Formats: sequence, structure tokens, C-alpha cells
Amino acid sequence: MSDETASHHDKAAEEAQMRAVWATPGGWRYWTSVNNTQVGLWYGSAAFAFMLFAGLLALVVRAQLAVPENDLISANLYNQAFTLHGTVMMFLFAVPIFEAVAIFLLPSMLGARELPFPRLGAFGFWSFFIGGVFVCGSIFFGAAPSAGWFMYPPLATSEQAGIGADIWLLGLSFIEVASIAAAVELIVGIMKCRAPGMRVNLMPLFAWYLLIVAGMILFAFPPLIAGDLLFEMQRMFDWPFFDHTRGGDPLLWQHLFWIFGHPEVYIIFLPAIALLAMIIPTFAGRPIVGYSWIVLAAVGTGFLSFGLWVHHMFATGLPQISLAFFSAASTAVAIPTGVQIFVFIATMLAGRVVFSTPMLFAIGGLAIFVMGGLTGVMVALAPFDWQAHDTYFIVAHLHYVLIGGMLFPVFAGLYYYYPLIGGKHMSDRVGRFAFWMMFSGLNITFFPMHIAGLRGMPRRVYTYPADIGWDWLNLVSTMGAAVIGIGMFAVVVDVTLHRRNAPRGERNPWNAGTLEWLNEPEENWGVRSIPRIESRYPLWDQKTLAQEVNAGEWYLADAREGRRETLVTSVLDAEPEQVLRVGGTSYVTIVSAVTLGTVFVALTFKWWIVSLAAGIAFLCAVLWWLWTGTGEIPEKEEKDIGRGLSLPIYVSGVKSAGWWAMFITMTGDGTAFASLVFGYFFFWTIHADFTGGLAGPGMFWPLAALALFALSWGATLAAREFNRRGGIAYARILLLSGALLTLAASAAGLAGPWAHAMDPTAHVYPAIVWILVIWVAVHGALGFIMQLYCLARSLAGRLTARHDMDLHNVTLYWHFMLVTAGVTFIVVGLFPEAI
Amino acid sequence: MWHLLPRQVESLWTLFTSPVVWALHFLACYVGAAIYCEKPGILGADFTTLRVAIAIITVLSLAMIVVATLLAWRQWGFGTEDPPHDDATRRGRKLFQGYATLLLSGLSFVAVIFTAMPALFITECLR
Repeated sequence: MSDETASHHDKAAEEAQMRAVWATPGGWRYWTSVNNTQVGLWYGSAAFAFMLFAGLLALVVRAQLAVPENDLISANLYNQAFTLHGTVMMFLFAVPIFEAVAIFLLPSMLGARELPFPRLGAFGFWSFFIGGVFVCGSIFFGAAPSAGWFMYPPLATSEQAGIGADIWLLGLSFIEVASIAAAVELIVGIMKCRAPGMRVNLMPLFAWYLLIVAGMILFAFPPLIAGDLLFEMQRMFDWPFFDHTRGGDPLLWQHLFWIFGHPEVYIIFLPAIALLAMIIPTFAGRPIVGYSWIVLAAVGTGFLSFGLWVHHMFATGLPQISLAFFSAASTAVAIPTGVQIFVFIATMLAGRVVFSTPMLFAIGGLAIFVMGGLTGVMVALAPFDWQAHDTYFIVAHLHYVLIGGMLFPVFAGLYYYYPLIGGKHMSDRVGRFAFWMMFSGLNITFFPMHIAGLRGMPRRVYTYPADIGWDWLNLVSTMGAAVIGIGMFAVVVDVTLHRRNAPRGERNPWNAGTLEWLNEPEENWGVRSIPRIESRYPLWDQKTLAQEVNAGEWYLADAREGRRETLVTSVLDAEPEQVLRVGGTSYVTIVSAVTLGTVFVALTFKWWIVSLAAGIAFLCAVLWWLWTGTGEIPEKEEKDIGRGLSLPIYVSGVKSAGWWAMFITMTGDGTAFASLVFGYFFFWTIHADFTGGLAGPGMFWPLAALALFALSWGATLAAREFNRRGGIAYARILLLSGALLTLAASAAGLAGPWAHAMDPTAHVYPAIVWILVIWVAVHGALGFIMQLYCLARSLAGRLTARHDMDLHNVTLYWHFMLVTAGVTFIVVGLFPEAI
Repeated sequence: MWHLLPRQVESLWTLFTSPVVWALHFLACYVGAAIYCEKPGILGADFTTLRVAIAIITVLSLAMIVVATLLAWRQWGFGTEDPPHDDATRRGRKLFQGYATLLLSGLSFVAVIFTAMPALFITECLR
């Protein structure tokens, strides 16, 4: 046997083993897969199905409004239909579809095998799916939320809102967990799992956008979670956060909701534009013009979008100077938004454009979006907004923005990336038909709404009288909606039926330049071997790359140890740092999602015992997941990844992916906490005496709690240092005493409001103090579990002086814990004394 | 040896300096005005004090953005090379970072002025 045949045999065996390691289980176990390809596909399909459901609800709404004085459906069902339409489109389609696309595409786009936490991704999907089915299903029992997609109190806190409001609050809180899980996964993936050589100036623009968007999620979603918490405390236990008779204020909800809600528009918009930034260069046949300008636009929009939330509240009677700040920021955000559009136009002008179906959707989307953007600048001006507020003008504006800025780009992405799913194309003929139906239908539906709005038609009305000039406008809108529906239906048929008979296309059918087109749809391993990248469009510039990668000539071409592995590289220059072992197929993700889902569902119906039992089951599932699936001590220190490079398998501290995940999660957690503190000072601002003359928690207990938390933090930190230096026994003693101190600290924290008999239902002041203290106590309980977890790991020999990842991550948690405790107890203990 | 500009930092985070300054400036303007308008006369301040305070933090913020711009300009090699900065080298990456930071600083500078402008024209807590 010649050398060449021998090496050929080696490669074949290597490939077979790799395939076995990454194989998707068969039969019903298919659903326990955690691989990004399957999870991304499920995620996308579920989001798409929810979108169709919400689309049908929209048709019901339009049918009801087609003619004046209509009573096709009851007013109650109508309220549920429009509320659920908005809610589902925003929470179950617009945000999740980007998570789906990102999970599906990012690994192969970055040249990685997998995202760093595949099980977290799968857990996120199942949480989303369960929460989504729960929220959508409610309408079939006549129990859907009916107070509008932004759930304003006092309507939504009233008895009238029924259980629908609880379903909205708890169901969506559950889904927000999934979004934050996705943000953790994407940030760590983009920063640490790029192919070697993919420096930040060579990253695909999609990754740049997603990095910014994931960062935005960390600062946008937590305020809503905090708001949901306050809201649910009012609905369940009558704590008066939004009740003005007891010192509360409905406006606090509007603030918290829109601090989330406005950035969310950009969280939806930027990933869709990111798809265009991948599609347009391909069909212009040249690199994007102004790569740095796109980065400017993405980062700039990401920041400015947080300065816009009050423009949803222009009509609430805030001081004019406040409105003006937000009006200024709302017009400023047009600058980076416009930059992106000019970059796309310049790229098309500089290249030779092929007008394929994806391009049709891309350009059509941009045109519609520009139209929505122009009305956006109009309503950014407070005086105009006072006229248009809560009318159909706003409905027209937001649909132009979201359909042009999100739906059309997503459809462009669907047509563009579809060959990656099964190697087959979608039908060009059907695509063009669908495009023209949707494009014309959209304009027929929503353009007349501008006029209806200017003629004074308010949003959310069940019906309207004849002969006030709204009838024919509404009739035209309804006909347009039917046209959109026909276009959508064509796409659905194409996706589900047509492809079975379609011939298998070639790989990289559009001749694109980025790495995801190396993907082999039938393989599960992402890339056969991980190449070194030297260009923004490696498939265009590195001619032999595809062949070398597929021949397994690059890094990490084997899975000899039978483990799923991917490379970790440095943030700026993507120099290889570590071989990361990622989690494989497992039930634990489904069990965790189901138990956590049960907690939320049971809370909705106030089944306290079920909820508690499910909560304990969830905790056990997560501990099992962590104990068996993370921080494993490898059988050897380093792995040879080929081409003379050998990398460590276990790293701890700042270099480890787990540390980053903790850091990112706690940043989000810190934002939620900051939102609660914002609530505290909000009540201080609006009242002459915000305590309502009631007793506070005093100084003693809060300061005692703070001191105990500080000691516990010190013990954890010392445990880490002792452990590192080999003082294992000291480390264990410190961890145990830290845990005991934590218990005492949490008890002392709760003792403050308890000892002063603060009644949280009497007034908003005791309620907000209790909420802050409970927040800290719950975090204390988590810190306690973490300290004991590290102790147990140490005793079990799973945490050693060299392998101390868990202890590093727990110490990081405790840094955040200390800040949380410090802010809380200084605020509740000292602030009332200081004023 | 003494340098006018501090030593160069290599980090992804420098990209966000100017937008963070914008965010802090925006927050300060909004929170300041919101508290003043709910509690007029707090700490003995009147509306002019508020406007002067906004002017001062605006000038400070702009100065910080200018410093960030200078650093970015240096990182960009003082503009000696033109984009697209797509070389697969450390230098190419640094030029890109510098250029992108420079662009963001420009946007942030304009955005800070945008935010501060209402304080030029509005003289009371009208609702």
C-alpha cells in the first residue's frame, strides 16, 4: 500500500468518526438533538408558524373592519385578536426568527463547528416553543390577552383584563429567558469562536450586526422582565406599583415597557439588515462598499436606539424639555439608518446586479422601509405626533417599518439561504409571484391607513360608524390584506410542497464569498476542518480553500477522543487559544425547559404547589446539567489540532467561554436590577414624600445585611485564591462559611422591612422596598447554591487547584452580587435618612 | 519620554467610547430635567441653573469625544491609508478599528449636539 493510499484511508476513517460524533440521533430521540443545524431549523420553523398564525389573526381583524357597523366577531374576540396579533408578531416571530437564523448560520459563517453552548441554545428553543404555544393557545379558550400588545395599566391591571394579562406577562417572561439565553450564546460565539485569522476587520457583516443586537438584548429585555415582575406582583398580590391611589403610577410601566420596546424595533431591524448586507454583495458580485460605515451604522443605531423610548409617550404630559431630548435623538437615529441604505445603494451601483428573487425582496423591502422611515421622522416631532398619536397613521407607519425593515429582508434571506437547508432551491416563479402580491398588497393595505389616521380613525376600535369618511379606506385596506395573504400562501406552498420534487442544486449556487456556503447540508459537523481565513470573502479570494477544508487538511479535522469540539480564538485577531468541548445530544435541555415552563404556567393559574414542585424540579435539572455537562476535567492537557498546533483543552477565568457567559448573563441581570432601582427613584421623583409617611426598613438591618454579604464575597474570593495555591482544605472551609454567611445576609436583608412591619399592599413605598430586598435575597439564595456547588465539586474531585473554572465563575457572580447588595442596602437603608 | 496622547490600548471596547459618552450625556440631560421639573427648586436650582448644567456637561462630553477622536485618528495611522482596511494583518485590523472608531466619534459628536439643543430653546417646564 503506498503512502498516499494509507493517508487516504486515514482521512476516510477520520471522517467516519467525525460523522459518528456529530450524528443526529434517530427516531423520536431526534428531538433531543442540540446541534445548531437542527435547533436553528426548529426555531425558524416554529417562528414562521407563529407568524402565519398571527397573520391569520390580522385577516380576522381586517375582515371585522372591512365595513362600518360590522359585527362579524364579538368585540371581546376582536380585542384578543389584535392584541395577540401584535404580541405574536413581535415576541414570537420578529425576535425569535433572528435568533433562529443566527443559530442556524453563525457557526458555519464564522468557520466554527458549533456555537459554544449548544445545550443552552436548545434550552432556549424549547422555552420559546412552550411559551409560544401557551400564549397562542389561549385564544382558543377565549382567554387571550386583550389589552393591546403593550398591556398598559390601569386597563391591564384591572379585573377586566382577566387571565389573559397573566398569560401575557408570564408567557412572555418565559420567552424573554430564551432571548437572553440566545444573546449569551451569540456574543460568546461571535467574540470567541471565529475561525483562526478572522480578525475583527474580516468578520462577516452579519456577525457584526448580531454582536451589536445581542448586546442590545442584554440592555433592552431586562427592563421588561423587571416591569413584568412588578406588574405580576400587582396582579397576584395587589402590590400597588401602578395604582395611583396608593402612590403607584401607570407611567412607570410605560417607561419600562418602552425602554425595552423601542430598542426592540432595532433588535428586529438590524439582523434583517444584516441579511441584506450578506445578500447584496453576492448579487452585486463585489465586496460591500464601506464595510466600516456599516459597522458605524450598526453600533451607532444600537446606542441611539436607547434614547428614543419616550417618543412613544409624547402624549403623556411629560415636560416639553424631556420630549425634546427624545425628539432630538429620534431624528438623530435617522443618520446611521440612512448610512446603511446608502452603503447598499453604492454597492449595487459599483457592481453588476443580478436581479434574483432574494434581491427583489431586498430592494422592495428597502423601498418600503424608506417610506416608513419618512413617516417615522414625521412622528418623531412631538407637535405632529400629538395629532397622529394612537391613530391609524401610526399603524401605517409601524407596518411600513416592520414589513419593509424586517419581513421582506427575512423573505429575501429565506430565498437566499434555503439551499443551505436541504441543498434545493425554492421556486423562482412562485417567489416572484409572491413578491409582487406582497409588495402591492402591502401598499394597498397600509397606504390608505395614513389617510384614515389623518382623518382621525383611532387604533384598536372594534367598529366605526358609516359616512365619516373611513369606510372605503378600510374596505381597500381589507382587500389589500387579502392580497398579502395570497402572496404568503404561495410561499408556504413553495416551502412545504414544491421542494420535494425539486432537483438537488449545486453547493454555493449564488457564487457567494462567505464561509457559510462551504456547508454541506447533509453533514452535521459545521465544517469538515477549520480553515485559516485571510479575506472578508474567503471563497472569492482563497481559491483552493473549499477543497482544502473538505479534504480535512485544516485544523481540528479529527474527533479522535469521541467528543464534539470547536476552536476558541482571541477576540481581536482570532488567534487560536483553546479546543472547546461542547455539549452533545441530551434530554436535560427539554426537561429543564418543561419544568421551567410548568413554573410559569402554574403561576398563571395560581397553582402554588405545582409551581413550587416544578421550580424544585427545574433547579435539580439545571444542577444535573451543570454537574454532568460542564467544567469536566479532560483526560489530557492539550490536543494536537494539526499543522503543528497544539492547544489546551481546559482553561479557566477570563479566557474561558463559561466566564464570558456568566459575565454576559449577569450584565443582563444587572440591567433588570437597575430597572427596579429606577422604579424606586421614579417614585421618589414624582412624590413630595415618597414614603407616604410610612416607616422604612431602618438603617441597622440593611447595613448588617450589606456587611454580611461583603464578608461572604470575601470568603468566596479567598476560597478561589487558596484553592489556586493548593490550600484545598482552607478553600473548602471558606466556601462553607461563605454559604452560611450568605444565609445570614439574606435573612438580615429581609429582616429590615419585616421588623418595621412594612405592608407592601398599603402603599408603593413598602412595596418597592420589599421588591428590592427580595431581589437581593433570591440572588443570595443562588449565590448560596453556587458556593455549595463548588464545595461539592471540590469534594468530588471535579474542582482542583489547576481545574478551577467553576470557582472562577462563581467568584464573578459574587462580584455582581456584592454590587447588587451594596446598591440595594445603601438605597433602602440610607437614602430615606439622607433626604 | 512625554507624549501628548496616552499609550495605545488594544481592545474591542475602545470602539464604544464615544457612543458611551453620548449615552451618559443623554441620561444626565434627561434625568436632570425630569427631576428638576418634578421637584422645582431642588438644591436651590432654577431652570437657568439646569440649562447651564446641561451646557457644561455638553462641553465636557464633546471634549471627551474629541479626545477619543484623536486617539482613533492615531490608531487609523493619521489617515495615511485609505479604506477598506481588509488586510489579513494586525495592522489592517488596527487601521479598521481606528477608522470605525473615528466614524462613530463623528456620529456621537453630532448626536450630543442634537440632544443638547432643546436646552437652548426651552426656558421652562412647560407641559
